[in-house]
Amino acid sequence: MSGPSDFQPSNPALKWIERRLPIFGLIHSSFVAYPTPRNLNYWWTFGAILSMMLALQILTGVILAMHYTPHADLAFKSVELIVRDVNYGWLLRNMHACGASMFFFAVYIHMFRGLYYGSYKEPREVLWILGVIIYLLMMATGFMGYVLPWGQMSFWGATVITNLFSAVPYFGESIVTLLWGGYSVGNPTLNRFFSLHYLLPFVIAGVVVLHVWALHVAGQNNPAGVEPKTEKDTVPFTPYATIKDAFGVSCFLIFFAWFIFYMPNYLGDADNYIPANPGVTPAHIVPEWYYLPFYAILRSIPNKLAGVVAMFSAIIILCFLPWLDSARTRSSKYRPLAKQFFWIFVVVCILLGYLGSQPPEGIYVIAGRILTVCYFAYFLIVLPLLARIETPRPLPNSIADDVLAKSKGRAATAASVMLALVVAGGLFAGSTQNAKAEEGGSAPPAQSWSFSGPFGKYDRGSLQRGLKVYKEVCSACHGLSYVAFRNLADAGGPGYSEAQAAAFASEYKIKDGPNDQGEMFERPGRPADYFPSPFPNEQAARAANGGAAPPDLSLITKARSYKRGFPQFVIDFFSQYQEQGPDYVDAILQGFEDKAPAGVTIPEGSYYNKYFPGHAIKMPKPLSDGQVTFDDGSPATVKQYAHDVTTFLMWAAEPHMEARKRIGMQVFVFLIIFAFLMYFTKRKVWADAH
Amino acid sequence: MTTASSADHPTRRDFLFVATGAAAAVGAAATVWPLVAQMNPDAATIAAGAPIQVDLAPIAEGQDIKVFWRGKPIYISHRTKKQIQEAQSVALSSLPDPQPDSARVKAGHDQWLVVIGICTHLGCIPIAHEGNYDGFFCPCHGSQYDSSGRIRQGPAPANLAVPPYAFLSDTKIQIG
Repeated sequence: MSGPSDFQPSNPALKWIERRLPIFGLIHSSFVAYPTPRNLNYWWTFGAILSMMLALQILTGVILAMHYTPHADLAFKSVELIVRDVNYGWLLRNMHACGASMFFFAVYIHMFRGLYYGSYKEPREVLWILGVIIYLLMMATGFMGYVLPWGQMSFWGATVITNLFSAVPYFGESIVTLLWGGYSVGNPTLNRFFSLHYLLPFVIAGVVVLHVWALHVAGQNNPAGVEPKTEKDTVPFTPYATIKDAFGVSCFLIFFAWFIFYMPNYLGDADNYIPANPGVTPAHIVPEWYYLPFYAILRSIPNKLAGVVAMFSAIIILCFLPWLDSARTRSSKYRPLAKQFFWIFVVVCILLGYLGSQPPEGIYVIAGRILTVCYFAYFLIVLPLLARIETPRPLPNSIADDVLAKSKGRAATAASVMLALVVAGGLFAGSTQNAKAEEGGSAPPAQSWSFSGPFGKYDRGSLQRGLKVYKEVCSACHGLSYVAFRNLADAGGPGYSEAQAAAFASEYKIKDGPNDQGEMFERPGRPADYFPSPFPNEQAARAANGGAAPPDLSLITKARSYKRGFPQFVIDFFSQYQEQGPDYVDAILQGFEDKAPAGVTIPEGSYYNKYFPGHAIKMPKPLSDGQVTFDDGSPATVKQYAHDVTTFLMWAAEPHMEARKRIGMQVFVFLIIFAFLMYFTKRKVWADAH
Repeated sequence: MTTASSADHPTRRDFLFVATGAAAAVGAAATVWPLVAQMNPDAATIAAGAPIQVDLAPIAEGQDIKVFWRGKPIYISHRTKKQIQEAQSVALSSLPDPQPDSARVKAGHDQWLVVIGICTHLGCIPIAHEGNYDGFFCPCHGSQYDSSGRIRQGPAPANLAVPPYAFLSDTKIQIG
């Protein structure tokens, strides 16, 4: 992209095209012959990782759009049907949802790398600003994508973020109405967000082309921060950079796959498995982890308009970085003070992220204000000042000298970089675990589940017993509307045959119609039917249950959670602990006590439950010993019932879990072998260059 | 890629490059599989395509009804004596897609013709009781089918397809 190429293809057909459209020359000069500094480290592979992530997000996104319905009444269900019914739908959805987080994770590393090595300095200012524009577009895209599943966090996230614009003087309300297309967030909002969420990634791709173009005009920066002078300072992009990038990508994929196959909900919020309800705001509303530092800045300013201005300024200030930091020396390697302040700044950002996930009260608010000041001080005071007072260490004469000066232990660098990545990822991702304040509920005891861990499988006997408990007890009040009778015969489920599932279905009466006379009628259930709900509508459910509608249980084990706290959430990332929901449901079923302890008053029509937030639950004690008899001789106790029905409900919420973990193991084995192969291939290729 | 080895002396380096390339190809193929497989019908669609039962009792002689199975219109015609006579007496050699009437209805149930009402030309729905052959006429491109649903005239290449079905009793069939 940096000028005309003298590349000539030898194939006559390609020659014919090349004379009319010099595309092969463009590719050759940009991605093959392009000289790349020979001292680039692995932080430079994140450009390639980001390109891969953008392509992957567009690909999986286009596919998900084939199955998704952007309508307020159907969106939540359509996402569930993607996960349950579409071939590999669970995989595609996990790839896309976790992929957004991975995309931001990679972009933050990419940005910090640019910051550390001074990649924004002359002549790369435009390159840097284009990057900031891409980042802003990514934020808009990520936000609108998070709205699409139309769960509670989607809805309230959309409400809060669009309300930011109401801070604009005079025009605020009109702008917000314009964004909503109504008097509140609703179906028109969802529709336009879907449209824009589909559009913006292609805009990002366009700006990425400009970004790469600007990169190839100015040339890549490098860890030494000195420009290449002679041929000895560079190596051709292919094979050297390509193979190194490919190795970086394959390592990143291992990290990515950990989320897709084992921790798909680790970065998500349990509340988003509750369908959007415009009448109830979740107790603790937090954005996705990648917005948390800016969210913390927003909240630490007590004035609405000033808060919004501060939040946007925190991003826009990056555009002015090339002029705020006027130091001649690019790389912080040779700037003893700048290097220290850089790491302090990284810590400030991570802490701001942590604060963004905590409730805005007490010490958190004060800490948030101090860190907000630190954030802006870094750009407005520290960097301009350092440029004037700092004495940099001497720079190497050339990149070749820098390479020679480097001590041995390159392999160790690669390994430590990857280790640092994983640890940083765990910490950073973990800092998202939002504050589900307990509000007086005790933490549920951890249970032992057959389905936990990388080899977890559902216990068939437990699923069958749990189905019996659901049918005989829970189904009197709770629906299971996303589970069809046919699912009982699915692989990885309770293990019934198709005939057994059909027989089970035929015991139910299903409303169907209208018939030829225009009347609704009842018929025996078929395998394709879904479990019928006990109440015809939410109002009826509410009226029959003292004002509290019993929730549908299809997703209950994923829609409930409790606070894990620090450092538990970090350990959870490595131990693959994902069973907050089942632990909670099991605890609730066993947590009823006849008499509330002294000092706790339970209102009329409510019951005391040890584990329910606030302790006053509208559901009466549902299970008692001996209520359901099992054919297999399992004990007829509440403990056993609770365990079995929770196992069953976990399957109902995640019917493809066994396939997910099984395929995950295969993918891991493959990716690890592949990363090793890539590593040795990279070493062989680079052997010539050293 | 610049390799120093010559073709007749495979080296460890060549083996490594081939192994890495092969692993990449396997990985790419395995990735493409779910991306393509997702376009096949999902589990709910397949389950909804289960067999259906149709009560024939209300259909008088000379009438026909249209029911849907797997999103396709199925014509169920209660044929008249005249229609059966015509369908059985036509010379097979004169048909573009020769098939005796007995192969298109169930033995002992000659009066019932069950066909998928989709023209074998380009998928339009033929109109019953129209055309010159006491059968079906496709308004799109003028194909004409007889009282056995066999193509007689026009661009369609084949007879109307007969869906899988069985008589559960004299007045009830199961399609699928």
